[in-house]
Amino acid sequence: MSETARVFDLAEVTKRELNQTLHDAADGESFEVINPRGAHAVACGITTDIEVVVRGSVGYYCAGMHQQGRVRVEGNASTGLAENIMSGTVHITGNATMSAGATGCGGLLVVGGNAGARCGISMKGVDIVVGGNVGHMSAFMAQAGNLVVCGDAAADLGDSIYEAQIFVRGDVESLGADCVEKEMRPEHLDTLGALLAAAADAAGGAVPSEFRRYGSARRLYNFTIDDVDAAQAAGEAAA
Amino acid sequence: MCGIVGLFCKTDAHRHELGRLTELMLAEMGDRGPDSAGFAVYDAGTPGQTRITVLAEGLAVDWEPVAEALERTLGAEVSVRSVHDHALFSTHGDGRVARQWLIDNVAGATVLAYGNQIELYKAVGYPDQVAERYDLASRTGTHALAHTRMATESAITTAGSHPFATGADTCLVHNGSLSNHNRLRRFLEAHDESFQTENDSEVAAGYLSWRMRSGDAISEALEGALNDLDGFYTFAIGVADGFAILRDPIACKPAVVAETDDWVAMSSEYRAIARLPGATDAEVWEPEPARIYSWSLAA
Repeated sequence: MSETARVFDLAEVTKRELNQTLHDAADGESFEVINPRGAHAVACGITTDIEVVVRGSVGYYCAGMHQQGRVRVEGNASTGLAENIMSGTVHITGNATMSAGATGCGGLLVVGGNAGARCGISMKGVDIVVGGNVGHMSAFMAQAGNLVVCGDAAADLGDSIYEAQIFVRGDVESLGADCVEKEMRPEHLDTLGALLAAAADAAGGAVPSEFRRYGSARRLYNFTIDDVDAAQAAGEAAA
Repeated sequence: MCGIVGLFCKTDAHRHELGRLTELMLAEMGDRGPDSAGFAVYDAGTPGQTRITVLAEGLAVDWEPVAEALERTLGAEVSVRSVHDHALFSTHGDGRVARQWLIDNVAGATVLAYGNQIELYKAVGYPDQVAERYDLASRTGTHALAHTRMATESAITTAGSHPFATGADTCLVHNGSLSNHNRLRRFLEAHDESFQTENDSEVAAGYLSWRMRSGDAISEALEGALNDLDGFYTFAIGVADGFAILRDPIACKPAVVAETDDWVAMSSEYRAIARLPGATDAEVWEPEPARIYSWSLAA
C-alpha cells in the first residue's frame, strides 16, 4: 500500500463519489476505503492499473467488471464478488457468499476464506483461488479458466462444465452432470503451482501434488437425444 | 425481493436495546422491501399470562366490550389496550382459544400473534416509518424478527406482511416463495390449524406450529419442513426460548449470519448486521443450504 493512498471514508462520502474517482484515476494511483459497512458495488468498474484497499466487509458486486488494477478487501464480501472480472486482481481475506467470480473473463480472484454457492458460475477465463471451501454448484457451466479449491467442494461441482479446469485439494461431495475427474499431467501441475504461488496468502502452503483435477467429459456439447443418457451416465460416474 | 432480519441476544448485554438495534437493521433493509414491514419482539413476559396482538386496520373497534365478551368465553380476566390500529390483549386464559374466538368474532380483524412472550406489529408503509409508528426502538427483550416486503405475488396489504404467527410464541419471516402452500394449507386446516390469509408464508408458520403442537422441538419441525415445504425460502424463526434459521437446498435467497459472545444476528444482507455493536469483530458466515441453525436461551 502506497503511502500516498487517498483515503475514502464511506461513512462520510458517497459510494458514487468513490467509484467516480476510481474510474477517473490514472495508472499507479492508490486508494484506501474505510467504513464500507456492507455497501454494494464498492470499487466497481475499475479500468486502470490502480490499487484499492478496502478495510471492512462489503456487500454485493464488489469489484464487478474489474480490469487491470488490484482490489484487496480486508473482510468478507457478499453476492457477485468480482462478477465479470476482465483482468487484474481481486483479493479478499475473508469469506465470499454466492456467485463469486461469476462470468469472469480473465484476471485473478483470490478468496482467503470460503466461497458460497455457485462460485465461478459460467466463468469464461478467470482464475479463482479459494483458500477454504466452495459451496454447491460451483463452476456451473464454466467455460474457461481455472478454479482452485484448497478446501472441500460441496455438491454438484462443475455441473455442465465446458473447458474450465477445477483443482480440489479436499473432498468433493459430488460432481455435477458431465464433470469427471481427470489425469493430473505435468502441465496441470505447472498451472496449479503458478496459481498457488500467485495466491500464496490464501493457499496456506498447499502444494500441487495434494490436488485432484476435474473437468468436462464433453458429453453434453451438442444436443442429441443420447444426451439424456450421457447426463445419467455422468451422474452415475460421479456416484 | 424482501429483506429479513433477526437478532437474538445470548446475554443481557443488549436486551435493553433490542428494539433499537432491530430498528437499525430493519431500516437498513428498507430498500429491499419498501412496501410494508413488520416485527415481532420476544421478552420475558409475565408467568401464566398470554398476550394477543390483533390488527384492526381501517376498523373503528370499541375494544372494551370485545374484551368483556372474551372474558366470558375464557372464564378469565382479559385486559386490552390500543396501539394505533393494533390491539394488545392480556389474559391468564387459554391463548389458543382466545385467538380463535377473536378471529371468529371480530369481523375484519386479524390475530397477528399470541403467546407468553411475543408481540407482533405490521403495517403498509416504508419500514422505518412502520418501526417508528409502533415504537420498535423502545422495546426490550431477548430476540426479535423483522421483515421488509416487496410484494411480488400478491397485493400490498398489511395482512400479507410478515412476520406470520399461528401458534403460541412461534413466528416466522420468509424471503422466497412456496409452491405447495395451497395443498399444505388444506392439510393443516384438517389438522386444526387456522389461517387468515392466502399467503404462502403463513402456511409455513402454520406448518411449524402444527409440528410443535404435536410435540416437536423447533429443530425437528424444521427437519420436517425440509421434506414438506416445496419452493424457495430463507426463513428466520422465533420461538419462546430460541431462534432458528433455515434455507432451502438450492439457497437462491440470500442470508448472512454473524455471531458474537453476546448476540446472533441474521439478515438478507451484511449491511444490516454492520450496524450492530461489535459487528466488526463478529464471526460472519453464510448459512449452508438445507442445514438447520438454532440457538436457545436455555443453552
